[in-house]
Amino acid sequence: MPHVQVRSLSVWYGSAQVLKDITVDIPDRQITCIIGPSGCGKTTLLKSLNRLLELTPYARVSGKVLVDGEDIYADHVDVVNLRKKMGLLSQKPQPLPMSIYENVAFGPRVHGMRARKELSSTVEHYLKAAGLWEEVKERLHEPAAQLSVGQQQRLCLARGLAVEPEVILCDEPTAALDPVSAQTIERRFKELSHDYTILVVTHILRQAKRLAHHVLFMYMGELVEAGPARQIFDSPAHPETQAYIRGDIS
Amino acid sequence: MSWRHIEERAFKGLMLFSTALVVGSLLWIVAVVLWKGAGALKLSMLVQMPRGGAYGDEGGILNGIVGSMLLSLPATVMAGLVALPVCIILQDEHAGRNPLIRTARLSLDVLWGIPSIVYGAFGYTLMVYLGLRASVLAGIIAITFVQLPIVARAIDEVMKAVPRELKEAAYATGATRFEVATRVVLRQCLPGILTGLLLGFGRGIGDAAALIFTAGYSDRIPGTLAEPVASLPLTVFYLLGTPYPETRARAYAAAFVLLVIVLTVSVVSRFVAVRFRRSTVS
Amino acid sequence: MALVSRTNPLPQTALIRKATDRGGYLVFRAVTILLIVLPGILAVSLLIRARPILAKVPILDLLTSSNWHPARGEFGFFAFILGSAWVTILAMVIAVPLCLLTAIYVSEYASPAFAAVFKPVVDVLAGIPSIVYGLWGVLAIVPLVAGVAPAVGRYLGFVPGLSTEGFLTGDCVLSGALVLAVMVAPVIIAVSVEVLNSVPLELREAALSVGATKWQTVKHVVVRKSLAGLVAAIGLGFARALGETMAVLMVVGNVVNAPHSIFEPAYPLPALIANNYGEMMSVPLYDSALLLAALWLMLIVILFNLGARIGLRLVTARFWR
Repeated sequence: MPHVQVRSLSVWYGSAQVLKDITVDIPDRQITCIIGPSGCGKTTLLKSLNRLLELTPYARVSGKVLVDGEDIYADHVDVVNLRKKMGLLSQKPQPLPMSIYENVAFGPRVHGMRARKELSSTVEHYLKAAGLWEEVKERLHEPAAQLSVGQQQRLCLARGLAVEPEVILCDEPTAALDPVSAQTIERRFKELSHDYTILVVTHILRQAKRLAHHVLFMYMGELVEAGPARQIFDSPAHPETQAYIRGDIS
Repeated sequence: MSWRHIEERAFKGLMLFSTALVVGSLLWIVAVVLWKGAGALKLSMLVQMPRGGAYGDEGGILNGIVGSMLLSLPATVMAGLVALPVCIILQDEHAGRNPLIRTARLSLDVLWGIPSIVYGAFGYTLMVYLGLRASVLAGIIAITFVQLPIVARAIDEVMKAVPRELKEAAYATGATRFEVATRVVLRQCLPGILTGLLLGFGRGIGDAAALIFTAGYSDRIPGTLAEPVASLPLTVFYLLGTPYPETRARAYAAAFVLLVIVLTVSVVSRFVAVRFRRSTVS
Repeated sequence: MALVSRTNPLPQTALIRKATDRGGYLVFRAVTILLIVLPGILAVSLLIRARPILAKVPILDLLTSSNWHPARGEFGFFAFILGSAWVTILAMVIAVPLCLLTAIYVSEYASPAFAAVFKPVVDVLAGIPSIVYGLWGVLAIVPLVAGVAPAVGRYLGFVPGLSTEGFLTGDCVLSGALVLAVMVAPVIIAVSVEVLNSVPLELREAALSVGATKWQTVKHVVVRKSLAGLVAAIGLGFARALGETMAVLMVVGNVVNAPHSIFEPAYPLPALIANNYGEMMSVPLYDSALLLAALWLMLIVILFNLGARIGLRLVTARFWR
């Protein structure tokens, strides 16, 4: 059974409908890229998967999102636990106002991990997973704000991984980074995809071509086409998809 | 030269004159009080109590200094304890829709402008109702009211400025509202909160009108919360009108000390606001 | 990397967190509600204690009579209301032109370096306690006014408001107004500068590009656009001036007198309340009268303040479309 299933999902901001009746399955342990011109609803779709949309004023959601068969918008669902399952990587790195160590430890601490030794080893483990350990192991207790942008993004990745999500949601994760850092992040994603379901929103077509196993193409709030990456890029079925891939619309 | 240019020159002159006048007046105040106060201040005054009765001609202003601290410091703490929860509610994500938030902001706006004499009068009604006399406790309560809108507004400004994406990132790790508010938002705003508290303290320590009703005056340092207490502003107020120059000297000294404290706190608070910004995330 | 679960939370942890979240926010909301009802509590308590006099004396008499003899049960507030009005309005008349000119200079003409230094300096000076202003008033302003008054009275005494007939000492309306003017200046200037700064650059450029001089641009475009905001700034200053107690009290004379000239002493409402606290318990209805004055003060100041704030929000919001 696919990990995440979206059924008839629609989202309104006030009276404007931003997502129109989206139905799609997100395959397990693969990298799925969501592509499309700006303003088409990619980020909204992403944020509706971990119910972060509720923090936006005037946002209204209808439809279902099933994770392991359960609708996350049902009344009894524990939002806090859901968000633990879905890690988020934003476009602009958001280090918390604490040290590097405390950033990664934030999630585990909040979820109940107290023992110093456990926390330390967890922090080290996930900094390694994000490919940041070597660069910061000497200065774990310095403020995270002092890291470079590329390092900060990897820190956010480590922070997200530390709560052991099943799904990693990424919103234009390399848009603010220099090419070298971007490359590092992409390599991490490729490795992590063996163990995690990864969803990447990106407006860089080439990035999608490099990373994706699976592609979702969105246009004006609708899901126009979805399928394996090879199929979408080589022989897209819909005219809008073709236009976008050719570069006619962006 | 055309008329327009004459007009321009004239107004430019007027503007310079006004600016000089305004800034000059403000500096004149500081100069007069510092000069007069420095002339009257003897180091011994800072550590002695007034001797020879309230209108006696010896001793110092220790009662006023200690009294002001006894009143303003707890008031600052209390104002902070009220302001922080309110500001946490105010920065909540669903702002705009929530009537609680809008009413609270309105209330803060209302409280902001209320003159301190009105807070003093209210303190008096509370005292009558609770059976209190002029005392440290009543004074603290009155000064808390005076400081509250200032502290709350300052903290609100910093908390409002916390970027939504930062809070979203924290929520995304599965933290609860309370955890995000206390572990992330508060932490991010710490310098701003400190600045707000300092600003409030500076305002509270200089206030006389609220204390007239509530704190009374005393030549001694109170031993309990129920006794009346002196304060620097009231020391100036009461002692200024005496015919004895030595007593008046104590008034000037008190004004000097008060001004120095207020200006120092003000400058320090600005320093804190600027310097500690880099250790948090912008 | 295997998914070894390191952060498996215990069910108790989840419950504790939920309880903390609920409990914590309950406390926060309770404090917020307390804050919301605070102004109401203030007004109601004052009203309760002011009721005795409201029941005894019709409100019209209270407002229009100048007979203030508490021992005889006569409570006419008119002299005090008038005194407040004279001092406050004169202070605004003095302060507003100077402050607006200063604000325009700082916002439009001064170098950024000057403006950057000006703002914090004025902010710091704005925190000077009222009593210190009062001391300055006693030491510097009162003698100044006392020195100037006879000359003004001799040459300009025929002008209504400038006669020195009732002149006693330097403690008069003018002294109070001068001190008050300096006190409200930082407020008016700070808000005005912000309002002026919020006028978009493009608007100024548009005016300059048709050949207007800088002053003309300022006069016809910038100021006109920010007029509402400037009025709001003045409103805020006015509200501050009305409630100011200590500084004015020390220099205004405190004589029960409906002033006819700026050189006469006056007795503004806040001074009335502050000065007579000691006696108010010994005369029947006196405390009630004073608390009624406090209530009036509170309501008028709230009116001006809220009006100005709402006006400000509307004005600055308009620029952010």
